[in-house]
Amino acid sequence: MRTQNKITSLALAFLFLAAALGCAPQEAAAGPVTIHILTMDQAGLKPAEIDQIARDFESQNPDIKVVMEYLGYDFIHDKITTGMAAKPPAYDAAIIDVIWPDEFIKAGYLLDVTDRVTAEMREGIFPASWNGVTRNGKIYGMPWLMDVKYFMYNKDMLQQAGFSEPPKTWEELVEQAKAIKEQGIAEYPVTWSWNQKEGVVCDYAVLLFGNGGKFVDENGKPAFNDEKGVEVLTWMKQTVDDGLTNPSAVSSDEMAVEADFLAGKSVFAVNWLFQYSDSNDPSKSQIVGQVAFAPMPVFKAGADAGIKGSSVDGSSSFAVMATTPYPDQTWKFLTYLSSNDVQMKYSAEMLPIWTADFEGANLEKLKAANPTNPVTVPAFLEQFPYANERPTVPYYNEASAALQLAIQEALTGVKTPQQALDDAAAKWVELAGK
Amino acid sequence: MGSLLLASPPHLLSMTVTSESPLQRKLSLREKDARVAWLLVAPSLLVILGVTLWPILYTFILSFFVAPTGINQARTFVGFGNYLEMLADPAFWETIQRTVYFTVASVSLELILGLAVAQLIHSRPWGWKFLRFSLIIPWAVPTIVNGAMWRWIYSADFGALNAILFQLGLIKHYVPWLALSSSAMNLVILADIWHTMPFVALILQAALANLPEELNEAAAVDGANAFQRFWHIRLPLLRPAILVALIVRTVEAFRVFDIVYIITSGGPASKTMTISYLTYLYSFSYGKQGTGAALSFLISIFTIAMAILYIRFLYRPEETQS
Repeated sequence: MRTQNKITSLALAFLFLAAALGCAPQEAAAGPVTIHILTMDQAGLKPAEIDQIARDFESQNPDIKVVMEYLGYDFIHDKITTGMAAKPPAYDAAIIDVIWPDEFIKAGYLLDVTDRVTAEMREGIFPASWNGVTRNGKIYGMPWLMDVKYFMYNKDMLQQAGFSEPPKTWEELVEQAKAIKEQGIAEYPVTWSWNQKEGVVCDYAVLLFGNGGKFVDENGKPAFNDEKGVEVLTWMKQTVDDGLTNPSAVSSDEMAVEADFLAGKSVFAVNWLFQYSDSNDPSKSQIVGQVAFAPMPVFKAGADAGIKGSSVDGSSSFAVMATTPYPDQTWKFLTYLSSNDVQMKYSAEMLPIWTADFEGANLEKLKAANPTNPVTVPAFLEQFPYANERPTVPYYNEASAALQLAIQEALTGVKTPQQALDDAAAKWVELAGK
Repeated sequence: MGSLLLASPPHLLSMTVTSESPLQRKLSLREKDARVAWLLVAPSLLVILGVTLWPILYTFILSFFVAPTGINQARTFVGFGNYLEMLADPAFWETIQRTVYFTVASVSLELILGLAVAQLIHSRPWGWKFLRFSLIIPWAVPTIVNGAMWRWIYSADFGALNAILFQLGLIKHYVPWLALSSSAMNLVILADIWHTMPFVALILQAALANLPEELNEAAAVDGANAFQRFWHIRLPLLRPAILVALIVRTVEAFRVFDIVYIITSGGPASKTMTISYLTYLYSFSYGKQGTGAALSFLISIFTIAMAILYIRFLYRPEETQS
């Protein structure tokens, strides 16, 4: 009995050990291959739509199974970083924001797909989209979503305040906002995503370029702390102090901006395209049919200097992870996602990346593809040419964090705009020198 | 081990007992059991070595290198460079100050409220069982869910806090609580207290239930009032339990991450940035694993120092033994 006990114990111990060392039987090689794709549940298509695309792809490719994972934008970068620590990686492909390629290429995360891109793709997709994933002549991703920050306003509320036209300059916006506030139409007429995240840098970029400013000069030295940059931040703070910008903007992301705008609490909102289709969804919006686009205003000084428009590029692409065991299957799925047919079908919340869709007969087809397209397509064509880029450097995240902090310090009165931006610029110089 | 003894067939135990002297018998049984015990825990020990000790050691090594995230990235040995860089950075010390504020405020309030609630339950008022049960709910809610819930409560435009204060006439305009540097940190602390005070209350309530009532009754007979009895009798007797709650909660509070991540992401203007959140940013967002590793060790040094201080000033072995 004693011996038997020992044998049982030994067997148990061995089992534990085997389990601990991961000696579980290996997955059978045959059968369909499963690929894991990380993407965003925010701008662009909704999870249900992407799931549908994945199911359609699976039915055409029974040897590939697609598992989608959805996250809010702010969590994706870090999820990719941690996912790449595993072998094989946690994801075979992931959505890549336009500000990440430099860092991820340096880290060796992205597969060079230059040879996989066909001439048809290269010529058919917007050059701006390819620029976002091309470095030193090599392509590291498949364009997926072209987005810029749009200026949207509530037609009914603006009209109620006695204005027939939306503002063309930020100075005009202030005038209109003051009138709206005085008449009690909205307590805080403007809302923004100025929380301590990437959103505030996007909004700052929109304003900065619209004032003739820029992030860095020709030599790559920070230039956002010059007169033009300081003017912009001073203006931002002034709109908060005057009660024109909703003070909660300092803790709002783009979703909070949408919630505020769709509840009819503000008249003007700067946001990505998704806000428009949501504004016409009665389950989310109390202002169905009241929202219109206008070209993003610029500052008067910028307009006088010949600046016709300003926005910021918020495009994304899908990249194949360098260490995936299934690059072919993953690429196949990505090309399906970005194919013209799929993009045309789901164009309500995300306009196609194919240039041909915006020309001639195809343009009419695109406008007819979804009820919102007759509005969003012209808005896109008007705004996208003014999409400015944020700096493309491998240390972007840390540089951006310094700028986010600086803007928030100025907005909350901890530092003057000049002091805050000077400190951030010093941090950028320090990061560039490392 | 109790279950193993029970599982042994009874005749086997008696056989061993008859063949040797009482003391030896006991020891040899123990020894044999110990051997089996070691054998059984060996796999778990290996797992613990693999998932705890090795990462700690690896992090320690990493803290001496400039180690960018990425595949096959070159690492440069910098000695104590990462540590010195952080210690020389004013932002690091501001973050430590903020974290200490969070820790002191949340732990002391949790302790005071926890003690009050424990005392209340101990006095068995009407519905005390329901009270004790309902205490578990905030504690059982995952921190992330708790954080998301409080973010909505604090929401400037749609939050319950503003709605209540407005209807009571205490505020004239909705207040953007999380956008104000004066209130953001205190509101994160409030959310943390709501979540973890029950833990402290339950520990203290269990300890109260085990205190000898004789001393309390004797003091009452001698004319001590309720406060005197609490202050001079119960509180000293509760010291070991308070110590446990203090150490566990201080270490946890100093490493606070998730609730900050969800409610404020460190804003406004980094006014709620705590040291664990900064570590996370360096390690994953900025891709500086060496700096992140050094920060992790600095956090460990701070928490160990605090635990030592507590034990030095509060721990009385004779009380624990009694």
